[in-house]
Amino acid sequence: MATTYEAIATVTVGSGGAANIEFTNIPQTFNNLLVKASLRDTRTDSPVTDTVLTFNGSSSGYSVRVIYGDGSSAGSFSTSGAVYIAGFYENTNQTTSNTFSSCEIFIPNYTSSNNKSVSIDGTSENNATTAYASLVAGLWSNTAAITSLKLAPMFGTMSFVQYSSATVYGIKNS
Amino acid sequence: MPTKLVVDCTTGAVEEIELTAEEIAQREADAEAAAQAKAEEEAAAAAKQAEKEAIAAKLGLTAEELVKLLG
Repeated sequence: MATTYEAIATVTVGSGGAANIEFTNIPQTFNNLLVKASLRDTRTDSPVTDTVLTFNGSSSGYSVRVIYGDGSSAGSFSTSGAVYIAGFYENTNQTTSNTFSSCEIFIPNYTSSNNKSVSIDGTSENNATTAYASLVAGLWSNTAAITSLKLAPMFGTMSFVQYSSATVYGIKNS
Repeated sequence: MPTKLVVDCTTGAVEEIELTAEEIAQREADAEAAAQAKAEEEAAAAAKQAEKEAIAAKLGLTAEELVKLLG
């Protein structure tokens, strides 16, 4: 990895699980942010759950365009005026034991006073037909610098299981 | 009581914090809203598919033949 990448913070979920993971007080000294997460949740009625991403505790101004493959078909969808960024998928407890989804969330110019674009590349893992891969182009229509971000399962009654983990990297462009 | 993990990126401190009653209520409301949105999305997709099939039937085609025709 280029030396311009710096791991800012990392967290691994403990035995009690976690309803969500929040990174706060993100330093404003980098050009871009990259979040890498490995996730699995407690859901049992489906092999995947949308992971949702929000910034600065905000629940407005999010839009996405998503393309995905689910093991049986390829599709796309878009949403606007949403309360979060979604369209990338985490493993659930219905998938093969001890497997976790992977995602990379790239947030360029996170300190700027312009709206924030986001790109996400995510895959779920499953030794079965249904496993999702998706690419998300997202927008947060908000000019505030990003100082915190939160990852959570879309269905709020679920939690991330033990050994789910996430790391935030800061990237300098010089 | 469900908890959240809060990571302070400046200090590196990780706190496991119990959700407040308000946060739990919000989670439940979000879950309900997400389930409803998902159901509406699926219903809209099913309606669109039914509409396509109805058009195909009027033309005497199967839905697959109509897709091929439009592709």
